[in-house]
Amino acid sequence: MDIKIQDLHHTYPSGVHALQGITCEIPAGDLVAVVGQNGSGKTTLVKHLNGLLKPDRGEVFIGTWSTEKQSVARLATRVGYVFQNPDEQLFTKSVQQEISFGPRNLGYPEEKVQELVEQALCITDLTDARETNPYDLSPTWRKMVALASIIAMDTPIVIFDEPTTGQDAASIDRIGEVVELLRGQGKTLLTISHDIDFCADHFQRVIAMAEGKILLDGPAGQVLGEVEQLANTYVDPPQITRLGLELGLEHTVLSEGELLKEIRKMI
Amino acid sequence: MALIDIKNLTYQYPITDRPALRDLSLKVEENEFLAVIGRNGAGKSTLCYTLAGFVPHFFRGDLQGTVRVGEKESAESTLNEWVLQVGLVFQNPFNQISGSKFTVYEEIAFGLENIGIPREEMHQRVEDIMSRTGITDLGDRSPYALSGGQQQRVALASILVMEPRVLVLDEPTSQLDPIGTRQVFQVIKSMSGRGMTVVLAEHKLEWIAEFADRVIALQDGKIILEGSPGEVLTSPRLDDIGIAPSRYTRAARAAKEEGLWPAGQPLPVRLEEARQGFQRIIDGH
Repeated sequence: MDIKIQDLHHTYPSGVHALQGITCEIPAGDLVAVVGQNGSGKTTLVKHLNGLLKPDRGEVFIGTWSTEKQSVARLATRVGYVFQNPDEQLFTKSVQQEISFGPRNLGYPEEKVQELVEQALCITDLTDARETNPYDLSPTWRKMVALASIIAMDTPIVIFDEPTTGQDAASIDRIGEVVELLRGQGKTLLTISHDIDFCADHFQRVIAMAEGKILLDGPAGQVLGEVEQLANTYVDPPQITRLGLELGLEHTVLSEGELLKEIRKMI
Repeated sequence: MALIDIKNLTYQYPITDRPALRDLSLKVEENEFLAVIGRNGAGKSTLCYTLAGFVPHFFRGDLQGTVRVGEKESAESTLNEWVLQVGLVFQNPFNQISGSKFTVYEEIAFGLENIGIPREEMHQRVEDIMSRTGITDLGDRSPYALSGGQQQRVALASILVMEPRVLVLDEPTSQLDPIGTRQVFQVIKSMSGRGMTVVLAEHKLEWIAEFADRVIALQDGKIILEGSPGEVLTSPRLDDIGIAPSRYTRAARAAKEEGLWPAGQPLPVRLEEARQGFQRIIDGH
């Protein structure tokens, strides 16, 4: 499902002009990482996609729906949002209940609810924890429960707000697998993340924001090589990209494999 | 005599079926900067809680072995005495905010009020630490109406202002952008330079390599690797215990497998070390 954002402005009651004219289109199936320093407007932007915030000026379209005219409940059928802090999202007594809540709430037939819940449990590795109270799990696994409960809603658009925060290597790999799986299903995926290496690994398009505006928008390989521009968004390029730049490689590299390929050409 | 001395510590939280820390012994010298790594669930946070006295005084549970900081034994001290020498910055800053103060400024002064610091000195210390942690502009805001990154800085400032002898940090930059992360690490390093002993649980290996004096790796509540950042962070055993080496280390390893990595060149953890190694490959050495 396509997302279309036209000249979006938002000012908080405190007077902070958090978004200052955002225009962009995200076609169905795109994988987009939104990067930028704390306070650059990333979260404010994505909260407009599921209607948690409404535009002060401009418009946001999810498919053909303008978010201004839709309730958050209705938009939830199209846009899933995984919160940065799972504790803001979890509230039931068991993992299974938690994950069932979303799809049941969307009014899917019970059979489909069961199927979606089983799938979500399986891809997040939570099958054995289905009876557990989410608050008896470690923060790492609570994050997986939050993720699963959104995946189970089977929305065409899914937003991950800082999915790798506080996660270890195994868990980041697991989240990467979930992203790849959803990509295979043709979903439109957005992430907000400071983990630029994670962004480079899984998201083809990068939008860099600074002070409520889009500064750079393009393929990851292009945007993440723009060191000087990126510095204005307070984002460091991925580690491997930085190494490639230091070595003066001809092309921007995003992975160890790409790096070695470029180096082999030089020797 | 080491400032921190943990001997044969085994600790189990109430209503759990296995210990979170097992027969762990650790010494930390005065003014040392020690980093603790390990996958989630390895015992990093529990070790932080133990140093801060929350284990066992707050969490209860079953503790064997001894924990000494300075002249004091944890088991023989009260939490009130203990917090004067050891400060803990929580992993989740939200859990640390007192809930009893309306502004960030008052929140940071809260600890000083509790120990009866004179008003003038309190103002001075609060303002100094707010400036050093980059939150001067947030003074009048509610501690709850902040972003995750801002809240994390407030949590850090509210501990630093107490000037504890030992500073324990549990992933203090998890919600900060790279610039904020660097700033926080620099503040921590400067405190360490002023004589504070630092114990830091952290996943970001590149930062550890830059700032820590020594690293320990935990698995299942035990220390399984210990040494300088250069040794521990490039150890092949990291993968076995669920820690991903830095991208620089991984790239160098891949080059080594292809026979490209220069003989005698240590595996890198940081950018500059990696640049040197790969430059040698390009230059044909």
